[in-house]
Amino acid sequence: MMSSLTATERSRAFMITMTVLLGGLVMAAVGHGDPIGMQGWVVILFTAVVGVVLLKSFDAPDPVEDRSASYYDDPTRVGIIIALIWAVIGMGVGLWVASMLAWPNLRFDAAWSSFGRVRPVHTSGVIFGFGGNALIATSFHIMQRTSRARMPNQVLPWFVLIGFNLFCVIAASGYLMGITQSKEYAEPEWYADLWLVVVWVAYFILYMRTLARRNEPHIYVANWYYLAFILVVAVLHIVNNLAIPASLTGAKSYSAFAGVQDAMTQWWYGHNAVAFFLTSGFLGMLYYFLPKRAGRPIYSYRLSILSFWGIVFFYIWAGSHHLHYTALPHWVQTLGMTFSVMLLVPSWASAGNALMTLNGAWHKVRDDATLRFMMVAAVFYGLSTFEGSFMAIRPVNGLSHYTDWTVGHVHAGAMGWVALISFGSIYALTPVLWRREAMYSWKAVELHFWLALSGTVIYVFAMWNSGIIQGLMWRTYGETGTLKYSFLESMIAMHPYYVARALGGLLFLAGACVGLWNVLMTVRHMPRHAPERDYPTSSEATEPAVPAAE
Amino acid sequence: MSVKERDPLTGHQTTGHEWDGITELNTRVPRAVWFFVFVTHLWALIVWVLMPTWPLVTTYTKGLLKIDQREEVEEAVIEANLARADWSEQIEALPAEGIMADPALALRVNETGHQLFGDNCAGCHGLDAAGGPGFPSLTDAAWLWGGDTDTIMETLRVGINSQHSETRFAQMLAFGRDGILTRDQVRVVADYVQSLSNPQPASERLVEGAEIFAANCASCHGEDGAGNRDLGAPNLTDAFWIYGGDDESLFTTIHNGRKGWMPAWEDRLSLTERKILAVYLHERRQEADR
Repeated sequence: MMSSLTATERSRAFMITMTVLLGGLVMAAVGHGDPIGMQGWVVILFTAVVGVVLLKSFDAPDPVEDRSASYYDDPTRVGIIIALIWAVIGMGVGLWVASMLAWPNLRFDAAWSSFGRVRPVHTSGVIFGFGGNALIATSFHIMQRTSRARMPNQVLPWFVLIGFNLFCVIAASGYLMGITQSKEYAEPEWYADLWLVVVWVAYFILYMRTLARRNEPHIYVANWYYLAFILVVAVLHIVNNLAIPASLTGAKSYSAFAGVQDAMTQWWYGHNAVAFFLTSGFLGMLYYFLPKRAGRPIYSYRLSILSFWGIVFFYIWAGSHHLHYTALPHWVQTLGMTFSVMLLVPSWASAGNALMTLNGAWHKVRDDATLRFMMVAAVFYGLSTFEGSFMAIRPVNGLSHYTDWTVGHVHAGAMGWVALISFGSIYALTPVLWRREAMYSWKAVELHFWLALSGTVIYVFAMWNSGIIQGLMWRTYGETGTLKYSFLESMIAMHPYYVARALGGLLFLAGACVGLWNVLMTVRHMPRHAPERDYPTSSEATEPAVPAAE
Repeated sequence: MSVKERDPLTGHQTTGHEWDGITELNTRVPRAVWFFVFVTHLWALIVWVLMPTWPLVTTYTKGLLKIDQREEVEEAVIEANLARADWSEQIEALPAEGIMADPALALRVNETGHQLFGDNCAGCHGLDAAGGPGFPSLTDAAWLWGGDTDTIMETLRVGINSQHSETRFAQMLAFGRDGILTRDQVRVVADYVQSLSNPQPASERLVEGAEIFAANCASCHGEDGAGNRDLGAPNLTDAFWIYGGDDESLFTTIHNGRKGWMPAWEDRLSLTERKILAVYLHERRQEADR
């Protein structure tokens, strides 16, 4: 794999790896006695492994293939495998924390296994580990295909992919050591945040340079969504993580924001992480793989424009609906609520556009589990965006907030939409990437589909029930005007739903394991088969961006 | 490449572009979409006019309804306190028996007490107040400091071994760990303590145990082991145990000592609330007796 790099590229990659390793050494040395020292060792170990992989083919001869005749797919392949491994890890840990909520003794009384440390391993593991790697890998694939151009550089994509995973590993290991800045979905401390900025800027440059080399006059919708994802996540990440380290030799930092400003910044970030990480990027995936797999044209280009700009414009305002009935000024809450409702139609327009695209291909949806993954993902996308707008309305939020309904809503989106579209895309992508005839086992894809769907449905229904019961118990008054139930009683009422939730998670995890196995078997055992016309066009072959006269 | 084609299925034209085999139809946005865009925006507009919404430089638009969440909460709290005033004053003024004699007040005590107990006490003492290992049952006859309403209210107010300046204080020494008694002596006196609630035939061992007890334990637990409520020393002659009365638990208790802890509630619960809890507990105990 590394032998497709030239000797110069290999030594450049090695230099970068060693520079990061040196950074890890400095962290380990100056951070002695502080958790940042242990994090330094994590960096050293990680970069040492990367260095060894590089050294193994360091003296291989330069590749002879003509680069202009093919896309650069090695980082995509590795990214897909890593994404699936993170899926198994993240969902496995998710099953553990779900079981912990039903049976609290499952934490075995160790410090590292406390709920507050393990839960972010689950959330970051699935969002960043699984989702992030799936996004990066598919974006590499899609930006090259829809531009009919090869990536401009062979080291940069590796830097983005491996660098991003270094961030994920620092984050997950840090949580278990108790390192957190207590910002939800932005728990890693300042040094990890700085590293992610470097990686993300590299990602942005790579994407822009590939688009700049495109041999298509227009930029396809999927690319708009991926670019919005990359650009806005950078802005969100930088602003929300503004902090002053307590010491350059320690992990602890203090946020630049305090009080209600901190809460508002956090949920501006938190909600737009949902919007631009978990929605925008995955819509990019949907816009490429769904029409490709269905063999149908996108239903409406005009609807794409309406929904893209609607989503990008309205989402940014909606974060304050996470802080209804709090110290946040009332007018900010009203703004958040109204923009959340105006967001609904553009969101549904995307889901509708996807489903209408399937007109003329519904027989394929019936027969092909891969396409069915994508179809059901679009349905869940519509479902959770409707639910989100509904829950953002203040009086509804008064019932739903702080209950399991929120958890159910998030998982309808995360499992039903994000994970299903990723799995569907991975099944569509794997045979193309590895030049295979088909997936190793279509029956396993079918099995995975039903495991994932039943897991999601069980999970979401359990949390809907639990959340609404919880919300109602908290606001039920007795005859004399005092609350009828104590918090503890609502906890006891939740127990059966927590057990059901763990069962749903188990099914979903089983599906992910089947998926990883199926992809690995496809790579190892399926006969080779080259897809048609899967190579960049030379730039002379294209017409100018603006046709002379039309 | 910019060749517009007609999709035979829908009859719509493509935009004429193609990316890796993907094309797009130029279908116009369905009317229903525009309709719902209109509806949601109209709704937002109405809310903006009615509610506080848009920031101005030093203030914000207050909305025609002049609603403010802070004022709403303050009014609701005043209202709720007013509604409570009639019966909460009665509860404060009346003695415990008087409260339960009045059926209307008794109902309030039961409902409010249930919720107060659940949110403040049940975490340790259990929802049924029956306690658990390390946490005393509040429904049995055994009380460390006394079970009448006034004493319970005082215990609630200052706590046990708490940070309150007037806290009740009680500690059992670590007789084994601190070298006051040998391990054998601990075992012997443990047997003697067990015999207090579960009489055994006289033996030399029990005589030796009685001697150790008289020299080390009687000062707090009393000559007869019946405890001392002034010191919070439990009665050892009854069948109720906080940390367990089996050989192993007793050995651990005598060897390592004990120092239970209960928070002080003076700053966290109002006098009325504490009184409701005390009366509520009294009721639960009588219920358990029945």
